[in-house]
Amino acid sequence: MILSGGLLLYATKDFPSWGDPTSPASTHVSPRYLKKSLEETRVPNVVTSILADYRGYDTMFETTVIFCAGVACFMLLRTFEKRETDHYYRHVPTGITIHIKGQREIPIESKEFEKIDAIWTPYDLIINTVSRFLVPFIQLFALYVIAHGHHSPGGGFQGGVILGASMIVLAIAFNLRTAVRRLGERIDSIMSALGVFIYSGIGALCVLLGANFLDYKALAQILPIDRVAARSDGILGVEIGVGIAVMAVMICVYNNVASEGRYDEGL
Amino acid sequence: MIWQLDLAILTLLIVCAVAAISVKDLLATAILFGAYSFMMCLLWSIMAAVDVAFTEASVGAGVSTVFFVAAVFRTTRRTKD
Amino acid sequence: MNMEAFLNHLVAKYNFWLYIILMMIGLYAMIAKNNLIKKLVGMNIFQTAIILFYVSIGSKRGGTIPILEHVSGGAQHAIDPANYVNPLPHVLMLTAIVVSVSTFGVALALAIKIYQRYKTLEEDEILTRIRES
Repeated sequence: MILSGGLLLYATKDFPSWGDPTSPASTHVSPRYLKKSLEETRVPNVVTSILADYRGYDTMFETTVIFCAGVACFMLLRTFEKRETDHYYRHVPTGITIHIKGQREIPIESKEFEKIDAIWTPYDLIINTVSRFLVPFIQLFALYVIAHGHHSPGGGFQGGVILGASMIVLAIAFNLRTAVRRLGERIDSIMSALGVFIYSGIGALCVLLGANFLDYKALAQILPIDRVAARSDGILGVEIGVGIAVMAVMICVYNNVASEGRYDEGL
Repeated sequence: MIWQLDLAILTLLIVCAVAAISVKDLLATAILFGAYSFMMCLLWSIMAAVDVAFTEASVGAGVSTVFFVAAVFRTTRRTKD
Repeated sequence: MNMEAFLNHLVAKYNFWLYIILMMIGLYAMIAKNNLIKKLVGMNIFQTAIILFYVSIGSKRGGTIPILEHVSGGAQHAIDPANYVNPLPHVLMLTAIVVSVSTFGVALALAIKIYQRYKTLEEDEILTRIRES
């Protein structure tokens, strides 16, 4: 370890100083991106325009990597066997807790008995009300981050993570079954595949219309706008795809990790 | 790019990193790891990399810490070294 | 003469040395720690230190954030790339952060699976239990 550290320290002798405007990283391609980004794509945020337009191929594979990570977590952890502990039920009108030993469920299903986790914390009014109140605002902010990625820092990935975090907030404040009831497993998996599909679908659409893969100028043939604005809208469509895929994968990974794949209890 | 602020946050970052791998409780490691990620976000904001700072703030201090705490909850909390 | 050059190097590039120290901390944690989750934390420290290094390459003295000034619907003044921070490393590092969080999620899933099978997370105990069975 000391050897590799010493070698790296010796290599810094040749580095340019920090903040040097003429360092080799800043002189070949990036001045062209900075100059041409506004007139070619009408997107002021240069990072978004490079990420989704000039280097859009890398971003497609990055979305595929996220999708593969979600699939890997699902395939590693998901089981369908029941947990081997006792079951606890709570009678809602009176608050009495029933403890059924062994692994048998409750004999009569009725609306008055609700299943609670084995490590149950008491019903906390402040956390429940505040989180239920906050979740729509968090999602609205996440949609703003995705849509306003052209003019401010943000973009598809950040908005997708915040959208996923809104569902995770719901799963932590209430229990995991409430969040799974809101956004089931099947819809989650379909959405993660849908995000990647939207991205490559836009690329394939550009090929079908005659231009190169992921060349958004060709979208001007089907949408009634000029060629420069078509690139800006192509970037927006791609960011929406990335956001959907990232949200679905974050929720899927959290569900599998927090409940060991059984989807019955959570954090 | 005020270099005094940069140096201070870098030093705090190294202290956070060394502490995160030395404590014996895994939940404390999770919290220190979240603090490390937040220091990184501040550092990138100073260097005018706002997109990267936004991503690291949402991913590191949001989702990554929650995953870590969920995994520690499902396995043990103590560690021997 | 040699000392002067050394001091020049030190003042101009001290931040690179600190990044390398951070990388070495991550590498040490990956190799020398026994607990699996500590190794994971070391891997993530290493990754974020490399991302920090790359982003610091792209910064310029006196440069501002890479969002161009936008005069809506009219002539734009000429954009001088020397005023803006280089945005290319930011883009590459966005992908790197995404890959890092995905790897972290999958590695945590693996750690939970190992714990379910061997009931411990220390590496030497896992090795002895593998040898026994």
